[in-house]
Amino acid sequence: METTAVAQSEFKDGFTSGIGIAIGYFPAALTYGLLAKSAELTFLETMSLSIFVFAGAAQYIALSLIALGTGIFEIVLTTFILNIRHFLMSTALNEKAEEEEIWKKAAYAFGVTDETFSVAAMRNRTINSSFMAGLAIVSYLSWVISSGLGYLAGNALPQIVQESMGIALYAMFIGLLVPSLKKSEKAVLLAATAALLNCVFTFSEILSSGWSIILSTLIASLAVEAAVQLKPKGKIE
Amino acid sequence: MSFTMAAIIFGMAAVTYIPRMLPFVLFKNKELPPFWQGILKNVPYATLGALIFPGIFLFHENIWFSVAGAVAAFLIAFTGANIILTVIGSIGILTILSVFS
Repeated sequence: METTAVAQSEFKDGFTSGIGIAIGYFPAALTYGLLAKSAELTFLETMSLSIFVFAGAAQYIALSLIALGTGIFEIVLTTFILNIRHFLMSTALNEKAEEEEIWKKAAYAFGVTDETFSVAAMRNRTINSSFMAGLAIVSYLSWVISSGLGYLAGNALPQIVQESMGIALYAMFIGLLVPSLKKSEKAVLLAATAALLNCVFTFSEILSSGWSIILSTLIASLAVEAAVQLKPKGKIE
Repeated sequence: MSFTMAAIIFGMAAVTYIPRMLPFVLFKNKELPPFWQGILKNVPYATLGALIFPGIFLFHENIWFSVAGAVAAFLIAFTGANIILTVIGSIGILTILSVFS
């Protein structure tokens, strides 16, 4: 019974931690639904993409490729390149995942997005399937339901509110990052290095956005770790 | 639904899920060398940096609107507000800004 109570409180914690994501997904998925309609997808196709793929940026890009009449292989390959960054995120999350049956981990892995990863990775405790289920379910429900709303009634939300809500996910990322920035010089160094690299890669247009995020993250993580280990002990903490 | 659309959705679902799932299934015993463990611990902070910049300057076609949103979000977060307050506060400030501009 005690383990059930623990699982319930972990689920609840995950669910609450995901409310910021749910708010942020609302305008993003609403826009996706609206765009899907204008790209002449059916309601079923629009919802299927959100239900089975659950990856915002990839769905947006797929819409524009579908509208252009791009082939299946190219669309799938683009999606793969864009989403391969989740491999890195899942690898990092796995380091703080509690030992559980493989099927449970494989199940919650479906819910790993940029946003759920960020929330789970910044948690000051280990993660487990109950926490991840709560986190993923609130995010997923918001994504799927808002996609449908966008398709059916996307124009109903006042334009001003829609535009302002574009800040939501970034504000969430900032809310996750800032407490660490205040505490740790190393976190500042990591975030700043990766941000700078990603700006260079993005504006020079030498990499697709998927690769750009992966490479910025990897180079920054490696370089900062090397710098910290080479420096005299205790200099950067 | 056409065969083409079904194939696209299936293909996209597969190539999205597999990279998410593989690390949890492949890397069971967490006995990476300390240097690599250190790198993986760095990943979240670096990822957040890359997810915020430059995207936050580009979410709106008017770059000054985006910059205002970025400043608002950082200011609210630095006061120690929690995440939901940061999200709602930033949306609120931008909404007020666009009403009065």
